[in-house]
Amino acid sequence: MLQLIAFSTLNGVLYGMLLFMLASGLTLVFSMMGVLNFAHVSFYMLGAYFGFEIERRLGFWPGFFVAPLAVGLIGAAVERFGLRRLHRLGHVSELLFTFGLAFVIEEIVQMIWGKLPVDYRVPPSLDFVAFRLFDTTYPAYRMFMLVTAVAIFAALVVVLKRTRVGLVIQAALTHPDMVAMLGHDVPRMFMLVFGAGAALAGLAGVIAGPALVTQPSMAALLGPILFVVIVVGGLGSLAGAFFASLLIGLIQTFAVAMNGSLAEVFGPVAPPFLGDLWQVTIAELAPIIPYLLLVIVLIVRPTGLMGTRES
Amino acid sequence: MKRPLRFLWPWLALAALFALAPKVFSSGTALTMMSVMGVMIIFALSYNMLLGQTGLLSFGHAVYYGLGGFVAIHAMNAVIHGKLGVPVAIMPIVGGLAGLAFGVLFGLVSTRRAGLVFSMISLGIGELVSSSSFILRTFFGGEEGITTNRAKLAPLFGLKFGPQTEVYYLIAIWCFLCIAAMYALTRTPFGRICNAVRDNPERVQYIGYSAQRIRLIAFSFAAFFAGIAGALAAINFEIMNAQQLGAQQSAVVLLMTYIGGVGYFVGPILGAVIITFLQINLSDVTNAWQLYFGLMFIGFVSFAPGGVAGWLTRHREAARSGEFRRLAPAYVLVAPGLAAGLIGAAMLIELANRQLALARSEGSAMNLFGFAVDASSIAPWALALVLFAGGVAMSWRLWSKVGDAWGSVNAGLRARGRA
Amino acid sequence: MSAALELIDLTKNFGLAQIIRDVSLQVETGERHAIIGPNGAGKSTLFHLVSGRIAPTSGEIRLDGRRIDGLEPFEIYRRGLARSFQITNIFPRLSVYENLRCATLWSLGYKYAFWRPIERLRDVREKTEWLMEQIGLTARRDVQAGVLSYAEQRALEIGVTVAGGANVILLDEPTAGMNARESAQAVALIRKVSEGKTLVMVEHDMGVVFDLADRISVLVYGRIVASDAPERIRENAEVQEAYLGQAARG
Repeated sequence: MLQLIAFSTLNGVLYGMLLFMLASGLTLVFSMMGVLNFAHVSFYMLGAYFGFEIERRLGFWPGFFVAPLAVGLIGAAVERFGLRRLHRLGHVSELLFTFGLAFVIEEIVQMIWGKLPVDYRVPPSLDFVAFRLFDTTYPAYRMFMLVTAVAIFAALVVVLKRTRVGLVIQAALTHPDMVAMLGHDVPRMFMLVFGAGAALAGLAGVIAGPALVTQPSMAALLGPILFVVIVVGGLGSLAGAFFASLLIGLIQTFAVAMNGSLAEVFGPVAPPFLGDLWQVTIAELAPIIPYLLLVIVLIVRPTGLMGTRES
Repeated sequence: MKRPLRFLWPWLALAALFALAPKVFSSGTALTMMSVMGVMIIFALSYNMLLGQTGLLSFGHAVYYGLGGFVAIHAMNAVIHGKLGVPVAIMPIVGGLAGLAFGVLFGLVSTRRAGLVFSMISLGIGELVSSSSFILRTFFGGEEGITTNRAKLAPLFGLKFGPQTEVYYLIAIWCFLCIAAMYALTRTPFGRICNAVRDNPERVQYIGYSAQRIRLIAFSFAAFFAGIAGALAAINFEIMNAQQLGAQQSAVVLLMTYIGGVGYFVGPILGAVIITFLQINLSDVTNAWQLYFGLMFIGFVSFAPGGVAGWLTRHREAARSGEFRRLAPAYVLVAPGLAAGLIGAAMLIELANRQLALARSEGSAMNLFGFAVDASSIAPWALALVLFAGGVAMSWRLWSKVGDAWGSVNAGLRARGRA
Repeated sequence: MSAALELIDLTKNFGLAQIIRDVSLQVETGERHAIIGPNGAGKSTLFHLVSGRIAPTSGEIRLDGRRIDGLEPFEIYRRGLARSFQITNIFPRLSVYENLRCATLWSLGYKYAFWRPIERLRDVREKTEWLMEQIGLTARRDVQAGVLSYAEQRALEIGVTVAGGANVILLDEPTAGMNARESAQAVALIRKVSEGKTLVMVEHDMGVVFDLADRISVLVYGRIVASDAPERIRENAEVQEAYLGQAARG
């Protein structure tokens, strides 16, 4: 039991930090530019695939550094040549553009790498057992993922709160027009932030790819959960995204780990109409738990946990 | 007595179109395609009640289409099983009521917020329902879905609706009724206030309306009509599958409505017809048809946000400016560049598709626009690249001529007091 | 209770900042009341409080004796109080005619009616055409509101505000950004549409204020420093010092 809790907590925090890596980039871009980037999770997927390709030829570690940069460049290019011309048309057009882009990226990935998962492996340097708790081992690669995610989080906090660039970005988060009038090149900042967000997502993909499955549908599977995270956390709030990521990461992990069902608790005979529901286990429910959470939070607290900005 | 006739003739023309289309396009595939178009027209129009009329961008509208279809198909099976005398022709009402019920239920949660948050909630609810399909297997039928046999229900005027022609006419009648109903809704106080909510949801409160209540009512209506479309789909295909309420289906209806043109009532109708046509025919021609759809969508968002209907309307307006003749030479000038660019792009996509996706299993020989080429050789790639790059460059250079032509058109419109 | 609108010890804080401090005011039925004051005094905030956009920290707002503080804007509107906005807040994609028509619907009782064709509603059509006439935009009937000139938009703004026949009308800087001729036209319009109604106006243009107002209240740093007839406000030394300056003394 204790073992279950310990490992689930570790895995839950890991999953949550991964979600936060994605949610933070998304929130920064949204807060600064008003654009909710549907293709954000596609950048995550590109990171995983680029990491795979580089690992095949040069090894995992070159991929770890190069893939996020490549994805970041693609993100910057998307902003510069695609999104920028849509600013005048309004946020809905920008959103729809990223929606179409997500679709196109998925199709291109499928075309190049096929529909089946690719064998993106854990590098041998990290393929050992980190520690043993009670009866079960915990892989070192997961510890690596956790350490990387926490390091990125710390770096983000430092950059935002302690550097000049971070200060300007924080200002632009709430008052982009004023920042422009103070002489900062806001379009260039947008491009940089968008690119940095994409790079962050790409990095998440590079490290998550070997642990989770690298396949064309990975974007579509993670996308909705990501949006739930930012709505539950409150649109535009980094702190909210942080707490919501951890919350959802932990809840989903625990749900999968625990494995009860109403049938196990109340006996096998289901009351009428509840037939299917009676047999379903909590683990089977795990995929829909984030969405249930979304509905509950929206009923109880419509602006999300820490909402600051409405579109 | 001129006014009633002016008002009636588009409807008479539409009815005639519905009635006579199968005579002109009488093949089996054409009938099936037109039946699907009829269903999609209702679905897309219901979607535009949200997007174009009330300003609500939903990413989960297929939920109501799908649930309407599933409830209808279960109802049909119940009728068949219990030998009740209910004809299949009124089943769409069952779908509609199911859509309405779920629309109100989910709408109470969804419509509390507008704008981006509404869009995200619609996505979340869409995922909630489509993920539930793996859990509630009796209702959703798991991977195989739920099937039925429409010819086993009670006949109506001797018709059992087995053959596709009869199904087509059933769909056509429902489609006509739904178009009329949804159009009528736009001409009511409620419909007008929806437009006001779209334009300025804040101000609406200061003229006495609760924007939230308006959104809820619009949402419920949209779900009602989507449910009717779902039931008709269930009747047409005789199978309902959890995919039909998923994110992909929601994306398709968004695509149809947007490409057709969200700002015009006929927009979704055009979009449904065009996209259904492409979906059915393009997939025969190329494997990469979904990629084309995505690129087409991005193209419209970037360059033609008014959709096909917007494009047509602008040209109809231009015809009244007296400067219409300026457009033709400008278009002729950019046409070769545009055509070359598009053909080049298509070639690149097809070559890439062949070489990357299919070469391993099917070899690299392929048929490109009727010419036999080898996708692994340089020549077709080089040609495609030249066409694409050259075409784009030419269009870029010459686009200013089109801009100038439209400038004259707009000046002409202003001179005639129409701008 | 003859006061159409009454503010009792109204306070609004944003965090630690006190924007409105213990404001008490009584506007009689049929009165034309102007609120003036330097920039940042809290005049728009006052309007937001009264019209329901924000809720007061403490205090009461009464409309015809009934409390309206804390209600939603549409609830307040339905009780007979309408407001205009300093930054034009109309429906940009709808035509002039449709803007006005939408604003008449609730008060004429049509509410959420989705079963009646709007073209057939004679009272709606007549009221809308009358309103268009009143604000002088009949010639621009089918023009999209977003492309109207600034002054035309301000006139439409007033039209939309009074369309529902509210008894208490709040106008937020109705002549802002207008030249002398446009202001004069606006004043004539305001006088016309506020016949028999209670009008509360925030204004900067002293000419307009002294032309229209029966009484003037002066708001400085969230407090009412004076509330009196125009002549006495003119002569009030405190007000002159705080606000009016040299020009008004002459």
